[in-house]
Amino acid sequence: MRPAASAWIALAIVLVVAPGVLGVASRTRALLTRRRGAPVLQSYYDLLKLLRRGSVLSDTTSRVFRAAPVCLVASTLLAGAVIPLDGRAALIRFPGDVVALVYALAFGRFLLVLAALDTGSSFEGMGASREVTVASIVELGLFLSFGTLAALTKTSSLSGMLGAPLAAAWPTGSPAILMTAVGLFALMLAECTRVPVDDPATHLELTMIHEVMILDHSGPDLALILYSSALELSIIAAIIVTLLAPRGDMPVAVSLAVLAAGLLATGVAIGIVEATVARLRLPKIPLYLASAASLGLFSLVLVLWSSP
Amino acid sequence: MMQSATHLLLLLVVLTDFAVLGTSRLSACIRWIAFQGAVLGVLSLLVGGDLAWNAWLLAAGTIIVKAILLPAFLRWAIREASIRRDVEPLVGYLASMLLGGAALGVSFGVAVSMPATVRNALLVPVALVTLIIGLIVLMTRVKAITQVIGYLMLENGVYLFGITLARRVPYLIEAGVLLDVFVGVFIMGIVVFHINREFDSISAANLSTLRES
Repeated sequence: MRPAASAWIALAIVLVVAPGVLGVASRTRALLTRRRGAPVLQSYYDLLKLLRRGSVLSDTTSRVFRAAPVCLVASTLLAGAVIPLDGRAALIRFPGDVVALVYALAFGRFLLVLAALDTGSSFEGMGASREVTVASIVELGLFLSFGTLAALTKTSSLSGMLGAPLAAAWPTGSPAILMTAVGLFALMLAECTRVPVDDPATHLELTMIHEVMILDHSGPDLALILYSSALELSIIAAIIVTLLAPRGDMPVAVSLAVLAAGLLATGVAIGIVEATVARLRLPKIPLYLASAASLGLFSLVLVLWSSP
Repeated sequence: MMQSATHLLLLLVVLTDFAVLGTSRLSACIRWIAFQGAVLGVLSLLVGGDLAWNAWLLAAGTIIVKAILLPAFLRWAIREASIRRDVEPLVGYLASMLLGGAALGVSFGVAVSMPATVRNALLVPVALVTLIIGLIVLMTRVKAITQVIGYLMLENGVYLFGITLARRVPYLIEAGVLLDVFVGVFIMGIVVFHINREFDSISAANLSTLRES
């Protein structure tokens, strides 16, 4: 099998599994809190239901509002294409593509914020402000984590950082890699608005962050936004899975199986976090993010120090 | 095997430093510092290399004093002075986290230019980080009890430095350090106790308003 083919298959796996990861997370949370919970496939049903509905557009919104969901999915797909999801090589790769990954994710968020501001609702403006506050600190942590990987593998392309050089660096750099993985997991929870930072199940306006921004979207637009946030989660989860189990030298089939299993395991981990940890108060969130970022900083310093 | 275990424990020491820096609850802080003490005890055993009887003695002494006695003493002080609330930092948690990050960078940067005479080179920067973060905790917290915690962490850093010299200098140094910590915390504990009784607060800021007339 050519490398490109396995990369396409891996992308397809992520595209299909992404909503299921959320389903697994909410099912785990329900089971751990002694409830039966929704079926694992519920998020797929929700998406289908939304896709069949019409959407209501406010008179105050402009073209930006309508373009945002489509562009959001496109930028998230770009982020997925930059990552070597099959553990070997990404569909799109060039030196420094790690910056492209972070900015593709940031661009999607920027579009969502624009759409939220476009509605002219002060409430959505508040949500946008909160989202950007969280995202600006998350970005610092992301760059520190990827900086660690770059220093460890001596490459600036994600295909190198998560490919064969990573597997070679594992025996010596495992503490740094593990800390980076833990830091990335904490950042993922913030980036994808999961529990310690934001509760996707809440509908209490004062505490919402991400959900506030998408209040005015409905029907297929909302489906696209929900799908792309699920996709974003799976993409970052795929990075974590690759860090914990470098798949550079595995056979293709095993590598793809590890990817799918790892994504579902991440869903279980998120569910466990959601069942055991309380949501943080808003003023506490920067500290949480700074802790995750300092984990990234520590691993970066450690790597730089041990390989002068 | 032994080398990587040492590395892991040293990383744990740094992580507990940051944990103390970021926790807002006093009892959690004490739990972290107790954990750090236990890690130091195991570390002294591993770094010493030869598992002679005095190495075991040192490790046992460290764990008993740093992980059991002193935390229990601190908890007793909290209970006696009935202060169960948060840490009350002068500098916010986020800012102290950033300061900690700066300390991390500085100490690893400084450690690069240090003579690599010690067997476990990671020990030096970790000792420096623990020292500096202990100093940060000592300086930026209002309550006397949190300052004791900062002082303890600072002593842990000194202790780590002591381990680096364990090869050439007998264990006398570490014993002295242990005693130092014990006496220091004892005195400060009594001070804490008294301040609380006299002024109904253990805020160190009150110390500067002690004037006659």
